[in-house]
Amino acid sequence: MAQLTYREAVAAAIAQEMERDETVAFIGEDVAKAGGVFKATVGLYDKFGPRRVIDTPISEQAILGAAMGAAMTGMRPIAEIMFSDFLAVCWDFVANEMSKSRYMSDGQLKCPLVVRTGNGGGSRFGAQHSQSIENWAMAIPGIKVVAPSTPADVKGLLAASIRDNDPVIFFEHKSLYAIKGEVPDGEHVDTLGTAKVVRKGKDATVLALALMVPRAVAAADKLMAEHGIDIEVIDVRTLVPLDMKTISSSVVKTGRIFTVEENPRLCGWGAEIVSIIVDELFWDLDGPAVRITTPHIPLPAADNLEDIAIPSVDRIFNKILEVLN
Amino acid sequence: MVKNKKIKNDDLDDKKRLELYNTQYLIRFSEQRAYDLFLENLVKGTSHLSLGQEAIAAGFACAMQKNDKSFCTYRGHAHTLARGASVVGVIGELMQRDCGLMRGKGGSMHLTDTSKGVMGSYAIIGAHLPMAVGSAWRAQYLGHDDVSTVFFGDGTTNIGAFHEALNYAVVYKLPVVFVCENNNYMEYTPIESITAVKNPAADRASAYGLESIIIDGNDADEVFRTAQKAYSKARAGDGPSLIECKTYRQSGHSRADPGSYRPNGELDHWKKNNDPIIRYRERLLEFGITQNVIDDIENNVKIQVDKATEEAKNSPIPPESILTTNVYDNGGWAWRN
Ligand SMILES: Cc1ncc(C[n+]2csc(CCOP(=O)(O)OP(=O)(O)O)c2C)c(N)n1
Ligand SMILES: [Mg+2]
Repeated sequence: MAQLTYREAVAAAIAQEMERDETVAFIGEDVAKAGGVFKATVGLYDKFGPRRVIDTPISEQAILGAAMGAAMTGMRPIAEIMFSDFLAVCWDFVANEMSKSRYMSDGQLKCPLVVRTGNGGGSRFGAQHSQSIENWAMAIPGIKVVAPSTPADVKGLLAASIRDNDPVIFFEHKSLYAIKGEVPDGEHVDTLGTAKVVRKGKDATVLALALMVPRAVAAADKLMAEHGIDIEVIDVRTLVPLDMKTISSSVVKTGRIFTVEENPRLCGWGAEIVSIIVDELFWDLDGPAVRITTPHIPLPAADNLEDIAIPSVDRIFNKILEVLN
Repeated sequence: MVKNKKIKNDDLDDKKRLELYNTQYLIRFSEQRAYDLFLENLVKGTSHLSLGQEAIAAGFACAMQKNDKSFCTYRGHAHTLARGASVVGVIGELMQRDCGLMRGKGGSMHLTDTSKGVMGSYAIIGAHLPMAVGSAWRAQYLGHDDVSTVFFGDGTTNIGAFHEALNYAVVYKLPVVFVCENNNYMEYTPIESITAVKNPAADRASAYGLESIIIDGNDADEVFRTAQKAYSKARAGDGPSLIECKTYRQSGHSRADPGSYRPNGELDHWKKNNDPIIRYRERLLEFGITQNVIDDIENNVKIQVDKATEEAKNSPIPPESILTTNVYDNGGWAWRN
């Protein structure tokens, strides 16, 4: 097993897939020679050259539209939208085009493409460069939505996304790019639509995504150490398809459900999962379902303010403790 | 307004000319049928006709090779038919029947027939321009010899995607042809009243280092020749073209729009003096093609469209079982286990 950073895992996944499939090519702003503003694609240009790793103009609509046109006609493009906030300027392609062309054409058109994007807060960038918008994507039928929390998952899930025949929005968390982790050697391909129990426990189930996963695990460890409360943490990993089997079997076991979400509160991803659980597992629950989220506000830039907006280890710890006592 | 330039037309042979006429007439007759079916409430939802704009669809399609790709707007019946899609498939889709090209799941604004190179019709203004650019990128990348053509209206030149697509296509020298059908109107608003330049597409060409090309879009021969040139250029690796075709929409914008925003006499003028079908019929006669041959073409089209209409009327509505099919690649819609 090699130790890779989260950002190195991005490049490793793209390189792995480009090596095995000629139709995989990568476009985006500053992604080639500069290796991306988050340095997540360093080395790809040198390895694969300007034909396959392409610097584009600041044209988010053209980037997603071009990826889509290429995907519809036989390629497997990867398109980078630098910050997920910028998806708002090309959301048509996500919400109306790549997600619907298969259905509208009754299966004649397909869009095997991946949109990679830097998502989430913690960088003190303010309201237009910090959002967690995975819930926007989750609301659209016809696309898949992935948000990994570890370098191994980045590599395995990105590779799976590239091989998938549906359009995938792949949310990389900006505050995780620097973390290190073990990544399996050799070819590594994971499975979309599978959640992972990352910490076993019996007293309550906590669902988390991306940056919220390590925070939920840290809070759980603290609850165990200080109060003997045994939390099961599930990394949801992909919002669509959603692995309700893994989630439900945990809830049946623990009888309690918490979500830890970085997206703002209204219609956050956890709301949907909680509603499913209330529908299907109401009689298995021993108490209310509780969502721990960013408040429904634009994100501030100041570090002290951003830190109290996004769920922290302490906030997760305190909330769970308060509710379970 | 467009002057009918006197061009010597002896570069086209009779066979190509009859193909151009047949295609234009098929579009004219099918569009009239679509309108009638709309009034009968058999075409539901909406429909956007290309009556008066037939020469553009015919001229380009007849210049394409089989593997070329077309990207259309909601005003896409003409381009879909021109590529040879089945008439019953088109009319059936307008009627939202099971025999439709997309079994009623797309409807009139999203006609698609990938087997004929029609890579979809899109109803969000401008979105399909970058898609055509991407298709052209694929051709260049994989060394395919096809060209992608994208058809759009004059109003579309004012949306950002138009400009992004042009710049992108020029930067990478992609084999894509941008075709603006300038029919004078953006829905109900005269295009000149909301556009900074007189020729909405052609006057923007220089901003992208492209030649400014304006043609008589109601002359199928001129369209055909221009298309051929653009395709040779694209296939030679010399990059994109932007072509503004002057034309006029004789029908309303959509559905049963009566077009009350038109100045008095404008519609009559175009119908009488600059109708692409009438003009082309005259040209055929001028070039020695007999009235009999013309009548045959027209009668065959009528028979073809009548038959397709009957077939579509007799086709069942789509089964409820397809409501949730083809959302994802596995054929279904499951978003959870
Ligand atoms: C993004 C977007 N804005 C507005 C509309 C509504 N709309 C439909 S057709 C149309 C007019 C388009 O005019 P033009 O490009 O000239 O095409 P034409 O209909 O004349 O063929 C408008 C505004 C739309 N479909 N998409
Ligand atoms: Mg128009």
